[in-house]
Amino acid sequence: MIEDVSRVGLFRRLVPRSGAVIPFTIDGEPTEAREGDLLLTAILLQRPALRHFEFGETDRAGFCLMGACQDCWVSLADGRRMRACTTPVESGMAVVIDGVAHD
Amino acid sequence: MTDTAVVVVGAGPAGLRAAEALTRGGVRPILIDEAERPGGQVYRQPPPGAARSPRTLYGFEAGKAVAVHAIPARLGDAIDYRPNTLVWNVFEKHLYTVGPSGHDRLDFNRLVIASGAMDRVLPFPGWTMPGVFTLGGAQIALKAQGVSIGRRVAFIGAGPLLPLVVYQYAKAGAEIAAVLDVTPFSAKLSNASGLLAQTGTLAKGLWYIARNAIAGLLICSDVRAIGVEGEDRVRSLWWRDAADTEHRVACDAVGASFGLRSETQLADLAGCAFAYDDVARQWIPQRDAASRSSMPGVYLAGDGAGIGGADVAELQGERAALAVLEDLGAPIDTARIAALDRKLARQARFRNALERAYPYPAHLLDDVADAEIICRCEGITAGTLRAAATERDAQEMNRLKAFTRIGMGRCQGRVCGPAAAEILARTLGEDIAAVGRLRGNPPVKPIPVGGLP
Repeated sequence: MIEDVSRVGLFRRLVPRSGAVIPFTIDGEPTEAREGDLLLTAILLQRPALRHFEFGETDRAGFCLMGACQDCWVSLADGRRMRACTTPVESGMAVVIDGVAHD
Repeated sequence: MTDTAVVVVGAGPAGLRAAEALTRGGVRPILIDEAERPGGQVYRQPPPGAARSPRTLYGFEAGKAVAVHAIPARLGDAIDYRPNTLVWNVFEKHLYTVGPSGHDRLDFNRLVIASGAMDRVLPFPGWTMPGVFTLGGAQIALKAQGVSIGRRVAFIGAGPLLPLVVYQYAKAGAEIAAVLDVTPFSAKLSNASGLLAQTGTLAKGLWYIARNAIAGLLICSDVRAIGVEGEDRVRSLWWRDAADTEHRVACDAVGASFGLRSETQLADLAGCAFAYDDVARQWIPQRDAASRSSMPGVYLAGDGAGIGGADVAELQGERAALAVLEDLGAPIDTARIAALDRKLARQARFRNALERAYPYPAHLLDDVADAEIICRCEGITAGTLRAAATERDAQEMNRLKAFTRIGMGRCQGRVCGPAAAEILARTLGEDIAAVGRLRGNPPVKPIPVGGLP
């Protein structure tokens, strides 16, 4: 079976986390994070990027991770836009990368 | 003194020590911080649920980190601590903030700005690809989240953060593809005497470097050129060494930055005078030895007005608070001031040697291709900047901004500003200081417009 690299996460968890499982979705697909994960971490453990770049044919995965560069703004299906490196993941968040945002 | 609002912005080592010293002088400061938990970036705390032992997170600095973290809780009602709150504008004696209860306007009598620093970013081929992060970002991923930025990671740097992050990743069990220092090793040797001004700090730095060497990592100094390859994601990193030999390693993530730069936007909006600092290669808000800026009532502490590191930030925070108290007419401890000034002078000698040990890697900007993205917010290229300089007579940074939108994206020029100035200066054949700097504009970071005061 050929691995679909578009679904291989960029990040790798080095320190196991024992906290609560936090269910959320990416483009409607159910997935999960752990308590203590930032939204950026939760997505990049599952996917290679956070969003499509609006001025070119490339993707972006964040850059500074300290709320300075503003590269990691992510869309949620409820219309909110979150800076993923400073936002804790919450149960039920519906991240939109490829899908069309809808309620 | 209860009716004079004293505000400290930033709860890193500088802001926390400033707030603490103010309470000792009988002032109840308002301490505003963008983060959820105190510590700043250097002593950043993981979110609840991701906590680990201070020894694991901060190594040699664990004691300092724990002491700094404890300040708001220990001071309790002696300070008005407002976490999760962004100061997005300073106008005359007003601060504009947005936090958990929405927008607010706050009038200050005295303002201590402790805005900290971020990585200095320079463009190189592939630097906007997903999987390329700053070194500081790579460190935060590990410290605050317990994750590696990739499965096989390469690191590039031009400062003491490089051996530290590499050491931390190796210790956590990450696979490290290569470690590239774009500054020459000879610069470290020729500044050894100045570095001896802080033997403890020097020893820690040497220990990280030695541990990395013992770990058998691929380490290269004096790297002349770098580039990341891949399309949708990072596949490899190439570099040219001092002998002009090209090397290449496979990797899927890169942590790269080139020293630190001060976060100066709030000082700019507050009206502080700036001067060009040749060693930092940045326009820096001016402060005197007591941390007073050029603006009466505005004080600058920590890395936000010149890089000094966490230990210096703690000292400057306290020093700024003592200047505030003196200016308010409160009794001050002159012996403590003399002790702080002595420590700061010694640290300044060390810092000067450290900056020279890791000189600014100007060579990386000599061959930036026209197609290279300089503004990662909006994809503005080096070629667009050069064309504005030569065809539209953009002689300085704000003119360049008007023509090209450089510095008008979401980051407000934090990331692109230094590189854009380098490219403009080279295109015009001018000294870097002659092209000026991007003027600060509110909001310094994106804010929700609903409920603006």
